[in-house]
Parts: sequence; structure tokens; C-alpha cells
Amino acid sequence: MYRTIFGEKVSRARWKQLLNAQKNRREIIKAGLSRRELFKMGLLSGAGYLVAKSGLSAWAAECGPGQCQLGCSPPTTPFLDPLPIMPVLPERTLADPGFDPPPQECPNNANNPATGLPFEGRGQFNGVLQPGTDCFQFFQRFPPEKFFISRMRENANFSLTSDPAIPDQTIWGFNQGGEDPLTDPAIFPAPTVVSRYQTPIVIRRFNDLPPQDQNGGFGVPETSTHLHNFHSGPESDGGPCRFFFRGQYYDYYYTMQQAGFDADSPPNGDIRESMSTLWYHDHRVDHTAENVYKGLAGFHLIFNQFDTGDESTGFHLPGHLNPDGTPKFDFDIPLFVADKLIDPGTGQICFDTFGLDGLVGDTFLVNGKIQPFFEVKKRRYRFRVLDGGPSRFYEIFVTNPDNPSQVIPFWVIANDGNLLPKPVQVTSFRLSVAERYDIIIDFNKIARDFGATRLWLENRLEQVNGRAPTDKILPAGQIQNALVELRIVGDPVADGSVDPATGPQFYALPSNSDNDPNAQPRITRTFRFERSNGQWAINGRFMDCNDIRFTVQRNSIEKWILLNNSGGWQHPIHNHLEEFQILSTNGVSTPNGSVERSRKDVVRLGFNDRRELFFRFRDFRNDYPMHCHNTIHEDHAMMVLWDVQDTGDNNTRP
Amino acid sequence: MTKARPHAFQKIPPRELIRRRHLPNVELITHHGKRVRFYDDLVKGKKVVINFMYAHCGKVCPPVIANLVRVQGLLRDRVGHDIFFYSITLKPEEDGPEELKNYAEMHGVGPGWLFLTGRPNDVELLRRALGFSYADPAEDADKSNHIGMLRFGNEPFLRWAACPGQAHAKWIATTILEEADFPARYGAK
Repeated sequence: MYRTIFGEKVSRARWKQLLNAQKNRREIIKAGLSRRELFKMGLLSGAGYLVAKSGLSAWAAECGPGQCQLGCSPPTTPFLDPLPIMPVLPERTLADPGFDPPPQECPNNANNPATGLPFEGRGQFNGVLQPGTDCFQFFQRFPPEKFFISRMRENANFSLTSDPAIPDQTIWGFNQGGEDPLTDPAIFPAPTVVSRYQTPIVIRRFNDLPPQDQNGGFGVPETSTHLHNFHSGPESDGGPCRFFFRGQYYDYYYTMQQAGFDADSPPNGDIRESMSTLWYHDHRVDHTAENVYKGLAGFHLIFNQFDTGDESTGFHLPGHLNPDGTPKFDFDIPLFVADKLIDPGTGQICFDTFGLDGLVGDTFLVNGKIQPFFEVKKRRYRFRVLDGGPSRFYEIFVTNPDNPSQVIPFWVIANDGNLLPKPVQVTSFRLSVAERYDIIIDFNKIARDFGATRLWLENRLEQVNGRAPTDKILPAGQIQNALVELRIVGDPVADGSVDPATGPQFYALPSNSDNDPNAQPRITRTFRFERSNGQWAINGRFMDCNDIRFTVQRNSIEKWILLNNSGGWQHPIHNHLEEFQILSTNGVSTPNGSVERSRKDVVRLGFNDRRELFFRFRDFRNDYPMHCHNTIHEDHAMMVLWDVQDTGDNNTRP
Repeated sequence: MTKARPHAFQKIPPRELIRRRHLPNVELITHHGKRVRFYDDLVKGKKVVINFMYAHCGKVCPPVIANLVRVQGLLRDRVGHDIFFYSITLKPEEDGPEELKNYAEMHGVGPGWLFLTGRPNDVELLRRALGFSYADPAEDADKSNHIGMLRFGNEPFLRWAACPGQAHAKWIATTILEEADFPARYGAK
């Protein structure tokens, strides 16, 4: 009897093919071909593995119906669809039926007779009700002024492209808060939340996802919505252990104050800690990757008196506002980048729930469409570029596809959504999962200087598996690496935005100087990110919702040393509650004027890296996670929980 | 452009897709000497915990198996009732039913936990389909460095997860119960 990788009976011919593959591999090994020779023969990938060619690896399945692997997605025609702009989540009044019962400071754990569960999922920890916990911190000091609703649901008619090679998809997403799925379907990326500093808000999120066995193959209808990098209490942070169930809602309350309001910068926090580009995404412990990949993620933008959303005021960053204060998204464009695998048989996005290394897709979505196009005018634009994961690293260039050898500069103005002290000119930037870079591209100047009529945001970083990029930069102008085509149309138009070349100043960085008595760490802690017997660990230990491993002293400064002891893996590490500054990398201080001389919430641990981070932990109490944001690593326990209390501990290797 | 061009997409039920990709129906032999089919007899319609080991493994297997014995204790009579543990040998050429029976007895494993061997190609197929292989062939060939993860499945509910075998036993037990019970308790229609 002959069997394939599926354990199915196969023809004698296929079986012989498999045997041949084994023989070929043995012959390669016997012939002692060097890696260099194999590479030249096209038999070795950049990462050093034998390419998964049939006839070479007995275990490499053919691309075919049911397969969910890199290189098997159906080819699609790029640039067919315009770039979608996500709608803004609309404000609602407390009279909205969705606010019955209304939000309250402490969780509403009264029994909902319709479901048999507590109305609200807040106050549950790892699925278990903990009475008396998770009241909103600072709710009385900053009472909410604006209210929003969003519902997590399935959408079975979601189009990725107008290319008939790909059918409509069944995704999970968030909607705009309405009750009727026909008029207000769930979408991916989710509606963009727009808020302003000093205007506290509540967002009520309903879990209206389908039953577990109707997940289409992946996705768990238990959710926790994390507002990535916002400074909030654990009860509103959406951490891994605070998930809630179908039929429940969860009120997320955001003070909309900068960090330091109850510490060094009363009453409203340190203006230098203002954030601009955030995102929200599911964080359910052990199941984050599949839930985010299925669509539970979107942008959250914050404006203030400097980053106003209106180019005629404040820092004069590109864009305009509608009369109601929401962005027009005319010249300020969020770009949610995500890579997917598509099953060539069903045409549906697929996810390998059995993978441990990480999932790298071969089909790029930007704002939910496969390789869309976007018409731009001859002026400056701000793009907010997010790597929505699950695992891929990007090196993004601006390419003129009609003359790919041109090296086209542009400006980075924010790292992880935090404005830099001033713009930095670059010709590319590295982006790992959950990182955000705000960039400014001047299409008038590029059209003039380079004669370009269209440009691509192009990912030129090679990555062949979920472990890490190869760090090889691919040649420019390869259409499969284009994320979005920017088509330059019309004559030069009015541009009221600041020219980054004039060196405008944004927020100064909060001090981390050795000489500053107000910047002295109370403690230095070391974290080694490692893998033993295929198990992801931090300091040799694993994620456990019931194991809070160290205690930070509230309103204190700490230095954390993050180590990657591997030359085969890279990890984008994210910490909650407070952002950090990167003091040094492998002993070298972060250079002034570099894009990493910034406030960040994700730090890339490259091969064998040692990176030192500077934190101020302020205002809120209780538990938060730090974790790898390669969400497959995260789901397999590369996460540590820690606590903030009025007295900290002295655990230097937690 | 409209979606006028006919395109033959297959409607493959998601549960069937998971079976095809990850749950080959190979024949295995239990440590009681019974012949079983992996999908039909061990996984279909069940809640399962799966790991790989071999009898003479001295590095990661002893702590993981000892941990699983503690987990089995914490789960009490659920194991064997509706939750099943499967430990599959990485060295079927060495570990026959007799060796695995001795191994199980030595570690004091309770009912509801099967140690499994089979034809080497079948076991290798199963190991890869279940995601217990490394991308790097050299790393993958070193059995002493094999993956110490536990795979959890709630097969009829299309829910799969994994957890390090060396995590705290209490947390592993908690996670297994969530995977086993939450779909029906909170996820059913």
C-alpha cells in the first residue's frame, strides 16, 4: 500500500516519486556538495534549507487543494482594486440601545438571562469571574465624555480582490456598532477609532462571533481587545488573560491622558509621551495569531494640540479634518499591511493551527485588499504603515517600477506611532510585527526629481519561513513584492503641510541621561528570549496566566536588558503599559538622529542581539504582559506577566 | 472587472481540511498491543493531548512525561473519559509495544493515556503532519533535540493549540480544560 503525507493511498507512480526524492537527498549528502554549490544550483534557499521541491524532499507536499503553505496561494493580478480607507468608528450617545445596561466603573457582572453569563466580560480572569476586580482606575478623575460601540462578527462576503482567482472570504472583524449585520457588517481592517488627548472615552465591544465549530477552520470566539501601546489600566488594556465570551460585552475605558498624570507630570501627563498611531487587536492567550489573522484588528489614531489632524495647525502634518473633527483621510493614510496564505483548492485564506515557527504568507493585503492601488496628488502625504503580522519582517522601499535602479528618499516622522524629535530621511525602513512607521512622501518632488508617474511601496526583505528574515535585500522592482501602487495624478496642488526637509521639531524625548538624577533606574532586569526543545521561553520559563513573575514599583524607572541567544531566530518584543527608549544595541548607544532614537513599544531582537531599554512605569497598577509579537511564538508561551504595585521587587532575572 | 469568469473552487468542509492537512489515518500500535487508526480511533470526535517521546530519551522526555503524569492527576477521571493522552514514539524501530508498556508502567501513567508506535514511515508522516518537525533538516535530524510541545485538540470543534511540555502542570491542566470545555460551554449555538 502507498500513502502520501495525508496518509491517503497514492498511486505507485507517486510513491516512486517520493522514494526518488529520498534517494536524491541521500545522493546530495553523499556527493558532499557544498552549501555554496547547492545554492548555485537553486537547491538551497537563502536561509540554508533545501528548497521544498518535489523530487527533492519526500515530505514536501505538492501544492494542491487543501494545502496551506508558502508558494501555494493562487497567483493574482496586482493593482486591480483601489486602496480601501477604513471608516471612522462613529460616536454614539448613551441612549443607544447598545448601552442598555449602561457602562459603569466596576464590571457589570449581573447575570444576563438571555445568555446565562454575566452581561460584561470585564472582571473575568482567564475565563473565571473574580468578583470585586477590574474596576476602572482613575474613572472619577477623568470621567468619559465620548462613547462608542463595536461588534465582533463574522462577515461571509468579504472581497480581497476583484480578481476572480480569489472568491469572497469568510472573515471575522469589527463593525461600526450597529445591530444589523446587513447594514453594518464586520470589516477588516476594523473601523478606525479616532480620539483626542484629554477627551476620555468608553468603547463597548460585543463578542457576537459565531460558535466555535463554525470558525471555518481557525479562530476562537473568545476575545480580548488590546489597544496596542496605549497607557491604560489592565482592566482596559485587553491583555491575554482578560478574554470574554460570545454573548458578552466588555467596556474598554481610556483616560486619554499622557503617561505621568499620576506621577511626574500631573494633572494630564507628559506631552512628550503623546502617541499618534496605535492599533487594536485580539490578544486571547494561546489563540492570538489565528484571531488577528482572521481579521480582529484595526487602527486607533490619537490627535492632540500638536498632531491635530489638520495641516494648517499644530505641527502642520499632512491632512485635513471633517467638520465633526474626524480625519478626511485625504493626505493622512493608514496602511494595514498583512501577509496571508490562500488554499488553492477552496480559495479561502488559510491558517496552520499546527505551526510552531511562525506563518509567512505569499499574498500581501493592504487595508484588506490584495496589492491595491492608490491615486495620489502632487504634494506631501503622511502614511501610517503597520505590520499586522503574524510573523513577517519587512524592509520597505519606495520604488519607481519604471526605473527600479533609482534610490528614492523619503521621511520617517514617527516610530511605533510616536513622533520623532524631528523627521529622519531614509531610503527604506525595517518593520516587524506590530511596529508602525509614519512616513512622509513628497510626490511633487519625486515626480519632478525622478520623473516617476507611479511608485510602489515595496518589501524587499527576503523571508522564507516564520523563524526570521534571511536579511537578504531582494532586487528592486519585483511586482510580487509590491504592497501598494501609488499612482501620481494631476498637476501640483496646494500643500499646507510642513516640509520635513526644513527640520521641524516635534516632541523632545524624555530624558534617559546617566547624569539626570530624575532618570536613574531603580533596578536593571535581564530577559533572555530562547528556545529549548522547540519550546519558546523567556528566562527558561513559559507563559502562565497564574504566574506573575515580578513586580515593578509604581512611578519608578527601570532598565531592561533583552537578549536573543539565537542566531537562527528573530523576535519582535512588545511590552504593555509604558513605551521605552532603546539605550543601546550590542553595546553601541542608539545614535542621535536615527529612527530608533525614539519612543517605542516593539523592539526587534535580531540574531544574537543584546538590547538595553529604558522605562518609566507610571500611574496604573496591576498586571501586564511582555511577549514576542511573532504571534505564533506568543501563542506558544513566549510571554511573561508582571505587576505594578506601590512596592517593587528586586528580581533581576525574572 | 467583475467576477464573471467561472472558477472552480472546492467546498471542502473545514473539519475535513484539518483532517487532511494534519490528521493522517495511519495505523499505529498501542502499548497494549492493539492496532488502531490514528484519526478514526484516536482523534475523531475526541479531545486529545498529543506529544512525541522515545523510551531512551534522556533530555526533554523525562521532565515532560513527569509533568504530564501530574497533569493527568489534576484532570482526575476526565482522562480516559472524554480527554485522551497520546505519546507517540520518535523511534518506532526501537520502541515496540513491549518497551512502551514498560515505559508507561515505570512512569505510573493512568488509564486514558496511550503510548503509540507504528511503521517508521507512518510515524514520521504523523510527526510532520502534527507539526513536530523543524524547518532546518539538520536540526530536525537530532532526535535528542526534539520538540517538547504538547498539542491539544478538540477535534469536533476545530480547535487546536499547543503548549510547552515543561510549563507548569497546573497551567497545562487549566489550558486543557479550556480547550476541552469552553467550546461547548461558551461557544455552542
